[in-house]
Amino acid sequence: MVRTLRLLQRRFGITGRHLVIAVPSVWLLLFFLIPFLIVLEISFAHTRLGAPPYTPLWEWTSEHALHLALSAANYLFIARESLYLDAFLSSIKVAFISTFFCLLVAYPMAYGIARSSARWRNTLLLLVVLPFWTSFLVRVYAWIGLLRNNGLINNVLMALGLIHEPLVMMQTDFAMYIGIVYSYLPFMILPLYSNLEKHDDTLLEAAVNLGATPFKAFLQITLPLSLPGMIAGSMLVFIPAVGEFVIPRLLGGNNTLMIGRVLWDEFFNNRNWPQASAVAMTLLLVLVLPIMIFQRYQAREAGA
Amino acid sequence: MTGIGIAEKTRPQMRRVREREAPWKNPEATAYIRIEGISKKFGDFTAVDDVTLDIYRGEIFCLLGGSGCGKTTLLRMLAGFEAPTGGRICIDGHDMADVPPFKRPVNMMFQSYALFPHMTVEKNVAFGLKQEGMPRNEIAERVGEMLALVKLEEFARRKPHQLSGGQRQRVALARSLIKRPKLLLLDEPLGALDKRLREHTQFELVNIQERLGVTFIVVTHDQEEAMTLATRIGVMNHGRIVQVGTPHEIYEFPKTRFTAEFIGNVNMFEGRVIEDEPGHVLIESADLGGRIHVGHGISSAPDAVVWAAVRPEKMILAREPPRERFNAAPGTIREVAYMGDVSIYVVQLDSGKAVRVTQPNTRRHADGAFTWDDRAWVCWHESSAVVVME
Repeated sequence: MVRTLRLLQRRFGITGRHLVIAVPSVWLLLFFLIPFLIVLEISFAHTRLGAPPYTPLWEWTSEHALHLALSAANYLFIARESLYLDAFLSSIKVAFISTFFCLLVAYPMAYGIARSSARWRNTLLLLVVLPFWTSFLVRVYAWIGLLRNNGLINNVLMALGLIHEPLVMMQTDFAMYIGIVYSYLPFMILPLYSNLEKHDDTLLEAAVNLGATPFKAFLQITLPLSLPGMIAGSMLVFIPAVGEFVIPRLLGGNNTLMIGRVLWDEFFNNRNWPQASAVAMTLLLVLVLPIMIFQRYQAREAGA
Repeated sequence: MTGIGIAEKTRPQMRRVREREAPWKNPEATAYIRIEGISKKFGDFTAVDDVTLDIYRGEIFCLLGGSGCGKTTLLRMLAGFEAPTGGRICIDGHDMADVPPFKRPVNMMFQSYALFPHMTVEKNVAFGLKQEGMPRNEIAERVGEMLALVKLEEFARRKPHQLSGGQRQRVALARSLIKRPKLLLLDEPLGALDKRLREHTQFELVNIQERLGVTFIVVTHDQEEAMTLATRIGVMNHGRIVQVGTPHEIYEFPKTRFTAEFIGNVNMFEGRVIEDEPGHVLIESADLGGRIHVGHGISSAPDAVVWAAVRPEKMILAREPPRERFNAAPGTIREVAYMGDVSIYVVQLDSGKAVRVTQPNTRRHADGAFTWDDRAWVCWHESSAVVVME
């Protein structure tokens, strides 16, 4: 093994470091970059009947001529058709609100875990991750059992005499937000926790010693220092929430327009692969923007 | 240990403090900080055990002790970060028991400095004033003055991680002084600095302390730091104050073995009291292989086991036996360390005990000096030894 490595290094200048990096690189190339390029290719094609259901981008028309057919029609259609814009805006709104409530719920939880004694900390973290052991779909269906008209919540409230008619919660935005916030909560808690856990308590003592009440010390020290954790968690929630499709479909109302749903319809109902690919590409573009802003923020923080 | 000759060092900056009338000797003076029977237990462990101390306005009081002796816990109780399990702390006549840490008239400089990493130097220093709701232009003025005092004006806009260790230390000092506290607590203030910077900073600290008239309580494990900074030192061991005194008193008149051994170098001779008169004590010591005559009386039970402590620089090396038959023993020189100003000899007495002797190098030529394997008499004057208890 060592001899092979040495040989590789001498002959080709390949070191162990290169080999270690090579594995994930090949993985990403095979399962991310190539599929991505295929989708990109399809997005510039036209739909047609047959298999595959889209026109090829290039063809050899005669022996020496390459016919290249790039069509921006799908993108133009997205720009023209208000359905897509509405779906994008609605998705972003849903993702934004979900992220906000995730942050609101996750922060105290992450803070509590980070402040708990070492003995409890691992147990509490395990409880955060525990839901992952059950299928995502099962958990969403469980919410249906809780939220529907003759579900657990309504039954309990009626038995207690607090309400006389069941509250309509299913097929509402309320149920959808509950589902999204619940499902993505761990993605917010974990980065927040890993940030908060590293905080130096003497900073808070210093702030209190200088006359800040514990709450003011939290606002001026802990909160700003946990910003990177908040941003990382928000990214992890916001990005998948924009493309979220299952939860709005199962818990939300029929009139909740989500880009994920539009994509699904385009792909499976209309069998319009090129149009679906173009929507997917546009979605990617919309999401890459906040990621880049985050990266720049991080780079600035690190360099400052 | 580098305790040789500390007590003799001259420190012009310090003289003013020492020449002032020592308030601790004046029965009329009222203590600025009264610590009355303070204890702190963590579960079964007693970190601070019934400590009583009076500290006066304008003092630099050093709490000196090894790690885990309770000095930091005591400091944290003064700041209000730990609640005492017993006893009382009064600052300027006010009982601190129910005063939360953010309302105490006390500021602290942390060992790790605890600078806020997301704030500039300016913002760090301004923090305390901002909490009081002081108008912005007044804050800017005070911060400017303070940064000038610690010579950091040009670094106002930097963040802590862009500063060197010494600069960070000064930011921490400026931040803890900005509210003009009457009492400043300093936890190992020079601990993170290298040796050269330490000496320089020590004097700077004393200067600032005198200029602002703040009372300092300094926690340190470094005896040299305590000796140069302090007006008085409180030596701590196992949560108790073992001895309180000026650096001179602590060095020359230690009361216990712990104090004598913790500060500076010392030779200890275990022995039994055979004669205890008001004017002198005679001790039979197997360690020395002879008798020790101490020129001061002690109050001890007859036959009590005591220790005679003699500092290395107070011993004399001689070729011939002295006239008196006590305070002397023959031995063989085992080690010689030439330090320039002094030489350190390790002499193995015929009793088997190794003794450390420091001799000033008063002459430039080394002929006739003691060297390895020479036979020599170790002796000292009857006023040089101190009798200490366990």
